[in-house]
This record gives sequence, structure tokens and C-alpha cells, in this order.
Amino acid sequence: MKLHEYQAKSLFADAGIPVPDSRLATSVDEALGAVDEIGYPAAIKAQVHVGGRGKAGGIKIATDREEAEQYADEILGMDLKGYTVDQVLVEAGVDFVDELYVGVTMDRGEGKPVLMVSTEGGVNIEEVAESNPDAIAREHVDPAFGLHPYQARKVVYEAGVDADVALDVASILSTLYDLYEENDASEIEVNPVMITGDRDVVAADAVMNIDEDALFRQSDLADMAEASYEDDLERKAGEYGFDYVRLSGNVGIIGNGAGLVMTTLDLVDYYGGAPANFLDIGGGAKAERVTQALDMVFSDDNVDAVVFNIFGGITRGDEVAKGINEALEQFDEIPKKVVVRLAGTNAEEGMEILNTDLVEVEKTLEDAVQRAVANAEEVTQ
Amino acid sequence: MSIFVDDDTRVVVQGITGGEGKFHAGQMIEYGTNVVAGAVPGKGGQEVHGVPVYDTVDEAVEAEDADASVIFVPPAFAADAIFESLDTDLDLAVAITEGIPTQDMAKVNKRLDETDTRLIGPNCPGIITPGEAKLGILPGNIFSEGNVGLVSRSGTLTYQVVDNLTERGLGQSTAIGIGGDPIIGTSFVDALEAFEADTDTDAVVMCGEIGGEDEEQAAKFIGEHMDTPVAGFIAGRTAPPGKRMGHAGAIVSGSGTGTAQSKIDALNDAGVPVGDTPEEVADHVEDFL
Repeated sequence: MKLHEYQAKSLFADAGIPVPDSRLATSVDEALGAVDEIGYPAAIKAQVHVGGRGKAGGIKIATDREEAEQYADEILGMDLKGYTVDQVLVEAGVDFVDELYVGVTMDRGEGKPVLMVSTEGGVNIEEVAESNPDAIAREHVDPAFGLHPYQARKVVYEAGVDADVALDVASILSTLYDLYEENDASEIEVNPVMITGDRDVVAADAVMNIDEDALFRQSDLADMAEASYEDDLERKAGEYGFDYVRLSGNVGIIGNGAGLVMTTLDLVDYYGGAPANFLDIGGGAKAERVTQALDMVFSDDNVDAVVFNIFGGITRGDEVAKGINEALEQFDEIPKKVVVRLAGTNAEEGMEILNTDLVEVEKTLEDAVQRAVANAEEVTQ
Repeated sequence: MSIFVDDDTRVVVQGITGGEGKFHAGQMIEYGTNVVAGAVPGKGGQEVHGVPVYDTVDEAVEAEDADASVIFVPPAFAADAIFESLDTDLDLAVAITEGIPTQDMAKVNKRLDETDTRLIGPNCPGIITPGEAKLGILPGNIFSEGNVGLVSRSGTLTYQVVDNLTERGLGQSTAIGIGGDPIIGTSFVDALEAFEADTDTDAVVMCGEIGGEDEEQAAKFIGEHMDTPVAGFIAGRTAPPGKRMGHAGAIVSGSGTGTAQSKIDALNDAGVPVGDTPEEVADHVEDFL
């Protein structure tokens, strides 16, 4: 779960990390009220869950009231990589002389959290990691002990941060690690940490992602979650509780288990089709889930044909077949051709139940995918 | 022979009185697995499917000589259940639970370094040695006895590939689902090392997916240390960057690491043929044998 910049910064501020003075605004009037209090220059920053906001035109620096009005008007309501901007953070501009990158994340390979510091802040850190990996200093943390303060100092000095601000940066890093642990974050990144002419250190941006699997014990953060969906379909998937990802093709895909659904997508592509979505109905799905899943793909205007592939372990083929029949019997005319393939637990019972007036049936995954791809081609021709 | 589990494995089921634990304990017993005990705090003295339940894993080991556990415990309590298995010095712990917080698993991972217990999972379907024992939720009826080892990150994809193998009469020595989480106990390399040492495994199938670098490390291991032939499959070729494809671990990072192509290239470089379809994986295995 991603937090907005303003949410992360409020956690930073509460923990004692210096952040610029700022206000959240949802209208041009509110934004102007905010700049009147904060003064100029002021940054107007779109609060949406996408990276590269600056380059995409979602962050502007206003030097007077006229500019502030113009930028707030431009950014509020704009479409930023598929997301509509409905709130901006109005923030005091920082007069900086240097920019750093600091972050805490989980190193999967090591199974340990890792601190990262670089003096090449303010630019895309992933590009730095590619082109100049030595420019990022790293320090792993033993998760059983937590962070020893010396480790934060060590990694800051190793990165070559100026000596007069090194201890301030190390202190920010220590606090970030505490926040990482307390909030079950999967990642915290400050890019940039700005160093001002007066040698003050300020967290000018904030990226904070929370481990969704830990939300059961992070109820305050769960309440902060602002459902932000790219479109109505993702919203619907969220409501149904499906693992769903929308893609650009026209073959709708429903299956069980992440690996098998991914494989089904790959096979659609392999046989010359284009997958429209990833939709995992999960283990042990009953008839109702099946109905909801079909509703999802039928509501997607891009979908021309559907493949429904189930390999039952804990999911039972007869339950799935019942759900498919129930869902399709509601229609006078089936909106999109559905190819079904059932294997595993109770698959044979399921095949017998399936109403073949409503669906096409195939025995193997490969055959089912090829038939769905052909069905989709028929529609587009 | 086989790896990690066989006829002699004595299993304690943690969470045997819960819905899933109870159902799958029954399925495991029906398959012929030696389920000797259950462990559930506060439920000591009960019986489930005729199996005695104890309050702690320690008591279950003491009374029934269990040497392996299967964990069906909800996410909030699962790390604690894994620690209980590790601290009781079992040979093997299989964690089925999906949705354990990653920072909990980092702590478990640290403890794993200090014990001799092997952890499989979490968020995995378990392990099966066909005809001998099944620890987990895999549907026993699709497996058949044979000499093909299988290791996979995904449950249902495992079933699909096993089905393709069984259909052609290619039975399995042992099949392991290692789990789809970012931090897991047994890695591809651990499983491959065991299959290489197993005299009854003559070919291996490895099913990976996008995210992380485990498949790349496995490729390196195969190239340097394995004589047993390996066929590969990688799911997620069409996955867009930055989107979590169901599994918490299945995500191509913004910088392009963890892609299917990098994994396929690494495997090919190690001499491992990678099937475009599950059917093609079975073709490769047939060629090996």
C-alpha cells in the first residue's frame, strides 16, 4: 500500500524529521490560501501514486500569486499517467545547495532490511544504481537486533556525505529505520534530502510503502489508505477483493493461483493474442466468486473473448462449473464467448455440470487458450 | 528415494483444529502420510481424525516423536508458529500460510541461519513424495511415482506441469512448492542441490516466475554443480513493471530487474531449456529420459 507524500511527511514530522512547511489543498482557493500563509517560492505538488511526477508536469514551483493560481489550476484535475489529481501539497520551497538520496528497503536476496545513501540525490536512483552502483552506499540491518546507531553513521560517511551535515543525515536515517519497523513499511525513500545554504538538512520528498500483509496490525495506516484506482474496473476488483491487473489486450483471463494465471496470460501472448487482464480468483473459490469474476471481465469493454482456466487443488471443479452456469444463465445472450477448461479436483463432475449451450469447453490449457485467441480474432475481424 | 519427506516422516500439524488445518490433515492422512499429532494452544487432549492434539509442538514431539510440522496458522500468528517449530529442532517445517508480514519473515529468516531445521514456504502448497507422504495442500491424485523432481514457486502451476508429466507416464520423485513470498525458507538452489544428490531423481523441472533473483542464482548453481538435466519454465513474460501479479513476490521492479527474460536468458546460458508452454516442458523432460 502506497502512502501519499503528505501522509508520509506527516509521519516524518511527528517523528522529528525536518520537513518543509506545507498544506494540503483540494481546490485552487485552498491552494492560494496555503501560499498566502507559506510565502514564495512555493512548490505545488500533485498527490497521486505515480513516480516521476515532476517530469510528467505534476510538480511546479510558483514564485508569485499569479503563478500559484495558474499552476494549482493546471495540476488539480489533471490526468497524471492515468490517475486524476484531486489534491495538491503546497509546500515552502527550499533553497538548497546539495541533494542526497536516503532509503530503507528489504533486500530480498539477503532477507534483511538495507539502508541506502547516495550523494547523487534528486535524480532517478534506479538509473544511478544501473550506471554507477558504487555511488550508493549500503548497510544491512540484522532484523533481530534492529539498527545500531553506528550503522547509520557508517553508511552516511561511506557515501561521502559532507562531514558538517553527516551526523544530521545519520540521525534522519536512524529515524527512518524506526518508522520502517514501527509501520511495517516495505520501503521508505527520501529523494532528495536537501542541504540548505545554512547547512540545514530537510526531507524534501517522501515515498513510503506499507506491507499490505501487515495492515491487520497497522489499523491507523489502513485508515489512511485512499483507494486510488486507475479506473472503475480496478475499483470493482478492489471491492470484490480480487488480485487484478488490467492490461491492454482483448482476451479476458480468469484463473486460480498467481503462477497459473500468469502462465495463461503468457500463453495468450504466445499464441498470438493479447491478454486484457490478470484475474486470480484464489484458492477454494465458490460459485459466487466465479459469478463476480465473470462480471469483472464482461464489464471490460476491451474484452472480446474470455478464457476461464481452473486447476483445482482446494478449488473444486463442480463449484466453479455451478458458478459459471449461474452467471451465464442470467443473460439472454452471452456478451462474450467463454472457453472453459477445468482440471484437478472434481474436474470431471464440473465438466458434466457445465452448460455447453453457454460455454465452449476444452480439455487442455493450450487448446483452451488457442480457442479463446481465435474467438477474439473473430470479433475484431 | 526422494528428498526431504518419505514414508518415515512423522508429522505434527500446527493448527489442526482450524478449518483448513482439519480438512488438509484429513487429506494428508488419506494419502498415507504419517500424521502423528496436532498442536494447538488450548486444545491439548482433543483428537482430530483420531490424531491426538497437544498444546505445544514440544509436547507433540515428546509424546509422538514427530520430526516434521505443517503449519496452517493464520498470518498474525504464523511467524510465532514457525519459531515454535524451529525452536523444537524439527527436521522440517512446512508453512502453508499466505500473508505473513515480510518483516516477521525477516526475523524468521535470521533464526533459520542458526538452526538445522529446514523451512519450506511460507505461502506455498507444500511438498509431496508420491506414494509415500504429502505435507501440504497439493491434490495427491494428480501425482505419480517416478524419477522426475519438481520445484516451483507456484501451487497451481505445479499442478499443471505435474499433470502434463503424469499424462505421459513421467512420474515424480518429489515435488516441492517453495512459495511465492519475497522471503522464503527453502530456495530453488536448496531444492536443486538435494535433487542432484538424490540417486532416484534423473531429471528436474524448475518452474520460476518474475520477481527477485532466485531463478538467476539457481541457473548459476545448475551451470556449475549439476549433472542431472533440468528443464525450466518461467511465468510472467507478459507482466507489466511495477504491478504485483498475485504473489507478493511476483513483481518486476521499476528498474527492470526480475523480468522473465533475464531469468530465461540465465537458464539458457546454464544449458537449461525453457519451455514456452507447460507441454513443451514435458517434451524436454521426455528428451532427457
